[in-house]
Amino acid sequence: MSAPLTLKELNKDIPDRLASGHRLCAGCAEGIIARQILMGTDKDVIVSCSTGCFEVSTTIFPYTSWNVPMIHTAFGNGAAGCAGVETAYRSLKRQGKIDKDIKFVNFAGDGATYDIGLQALSGAMERGHDMLFVCLNNEAYMNTGIQSSSATAKGASTTTSWNGAVAYGKKEASKDVTAIMVAHNIPYVAQVAPHNWKDLVGKARKAFECGGPSFINALSPCPRGWRFDSKDTISISKLAVETCVWPLFEVVDGEYALSSESQRIADGKVEKKPITDWIDAQGRFKHLKDERWSNIVEEIQADVDKRWNKLLKLCSL
Amino acid sequence: MSSKVGTDIAINGDGAVALAWKQINPDVVAAYPITPQTIIVEDFSKYVANGEVDTEFIDVESEHSALTLCSTSSSAGARTFTATASQGLAYMWEMLPITAAMRVPVMMAVANRTVSGPININNDHGDVMSARDTGWLSIFAENVQEAYDMSIIGPRIAEHHEVQLPILVNLDGFILTHAIERMTPLDTQHVRDFVGEFKPLYPLLDTDHPVTHNLMDGPLFYFPHKYQMVVAMNKALDVAREVFAEFAKISGREYHMVEEYRCDDADYIAIVLGSSFGTMKQAVDNLRDEGMKVGVAMPRVYRPWPADEIAALCKGKKAVIVMDRHLSIGAYGPMFPEVCASIAVNGKMPEMYNFIYGLGGADTMVSDFMSVYKTVEAGKANTINYLGVKE
Ligand SMILES: Cc1ncc(C[n+]2csc(CCOP(=O)(O)OP(=O)(O)O)c2C)c(N)n1
Ligand code: SF4
Repeated sequence: MSAPLTLKELNKDIPDRLASGHRLCAGCAEGIIARQILMGTDKDVIVSCSTGCFEVSTTIFPYTSWNVPMIHTAFGNGAAGCAGVETAYRSLKRQGKIDKDIKFVNFAGDGATYDIGLQALSGAMERGHDMLFVCLNNEAYMNTGIQSSSATAKGASTTTSWNGAVAYGKKEASKDVTAIMVAHNIPYVAQVAPHNWKDLVGKARKAFECGGPSFINALSPCPRGWRFDSKDTISISKLAVETCVWPLFEVVDGEYALSSESQRIADGKVEKKPITDWIDAQGRFKHLKDERWSNIVEEIQADVDKRWNKLLKLCSL
Repeated sequence: MSSKVGTDIAINGDGAVALAWKQINPDVVAAYPITPQTIIVEDFSKYVANGEVDTEFIDVESEHSALTLCSTSSSAGARTFTATASQGLAYMWEMLPITAAMRVPVMMAVANRTVSGPININNDHGDVMSARDTGWLSIFAENVQEAYDMSIIGPRIAEHHEVQLPILVNLDGFILTHAIERMTPLDTQHVRDFVGEFKPLYPLLDTDHPVTHNLMDGPLFYFPHKYQMVVAMNKALDVAREVFAEFAKISGREYHMVEEYRCDDADYIAIVLGSSFGTMKQAVDNLRDEGMKVGVAMPRVYRPWPADEIAALCKGKKAVIVMDRHLSIGAYGPMFPEVCASIAVNGKMPEMYNFIYGLGGADTMVSDFMSVYKTVEAGKANTINYLGVKE
């Protein structure tokens, strides 16, 4: 799969691994991302899932949306589950009991990645299992009803970090799990967003072929939790990159590189949009338009700028 | 028969389990250290390091991941073992019912140890009893020989296609795990022939026939799926009896669903699990010398619960004493209501007494067990008694 990626090629060559008959909300990005990730390999692939919106929506007995083998065990252990299948594969392959070439991927929400699942994820990456871990990052615990996670953006109103008379929503900025994964010295780490299919599928290919553990953090706009219209998923995704809230980049063997729109912004070819564009587009930030919280909007902008500038440095090193 | 049996060796219980694993040569072992289980995986990882097994050995970052990895590895189609104790089993708890519901025959050795708090590393059955309602098969060993034998028998019951449930092989922490005893191993070829190839039913790695494992059930399917596990457990009763009989043929060692000692003509019998069975046999012998008609029995297989055998055993006895090495605070020891129920549904009740003993490794000597029978005979026992604790 080394030829350059074209829409035609994606349409023709890769079988549908996730059927259209799933029960994700209209406009949910999780299904879009998963299908693009699975286009990243033409080898046999086995999918594992952590509990969350994506898993429950695709596996309601007696139906399944999966055309490939799929396994789920629990919420905080997707990485260990995927590692178990990969270990079985390695054992049986070494013993000559199986001779296929199979790829392994785990899909997990941000709660299952940033919080409860971080230990299992860290362990699996450290042990070097040949598997891809994809975070479907909708920045909250959506399956249980939009509770705050450590991926939730500062200022966002969630059902455990409400805005109110004395509160502006979540107090803390999100933690940088992508950087934590880079610190594991694994061969491939990337950030992607679903509007840019070319960037996303291209990175999935590299992740599958890197020969070891890989991690992709995928921004996954959620119409329910972020309070925007179902038709706007793709434009919201694009806005996240244009405002540098969610830069697109990859880290190959420790080497940082921006990609696509983020590269163009860094090169000065495209202007970086202000954070207010991002905030104004979503109901979860609606309260921030109030004068009272203008300092919070400034703080959010300052934080985005700081992270972006740090990333630019890492990419030019 | 003798040609199938190796020469005697001196070995501790953990080492015996590791030796059985080596002879079985599982595809995957994942584990995390905890006393008194640690020697099992230490010994086994030496076999791995020396190339004596084909096993993929994974040092995981926690017990939760150890059991997760084992359950999915088994789902994928690999014969998979692990071992733990106490806090480790507690840390795995979320994955116990999930592993059982996945219907994967993972084998787990449990070096029985009490659970915190307060922290205490010694033997009781608090760990395994907290796992008993999760759908795992559960068998007990009385001594080092049995820890070895049950490790070979275990996978045969678990992997039977009409059973397909994970299995706990219990050996008392320190009392068996660290005590060196004389043991007669089988030769490796006979172990391999007996255990056979692992034939998974719907392996995930069969990518030509994709299946989805561990889906989401609504109310319509959850209960029926649980019922299927009941059917499997019931089947395991027959399968265990068959496997014991087969094992007797290759080893000369006969095992039963319920092991009995001098129970036939006894007026008073006690029911106990694990290594205390041995100590209680000595107490029974001493009391018989004094003219008391006493006996003792051990449910070898705790899940599935051998209710019929227990009922038959207790029939016509003056008193039945249930020895529990764990307690449900605010109720009874865990085995007491089960024995009561087994007798009640089948006929007339004898006097029933529950003795809680040995928690947190508290020493229980032959003389202590003798006092149990004597207290009951003297009519001085309460329904529930705490052996050696001032009430
Ligand atoms: C140990 C445990 N705690 C809590 C839950 C309840 N739970 C199920 S899914 C979920 C939220 C999942 O959130 P996330 O991982 O962000 O995925 P999303 O649904 O947002 O895609 C929670 C809290 C659980 N299943 N297991
Ligand atoms: S709640 Fe959000 S993440 Fe979950 S299915 Fe709906 S849109 Fe997707």
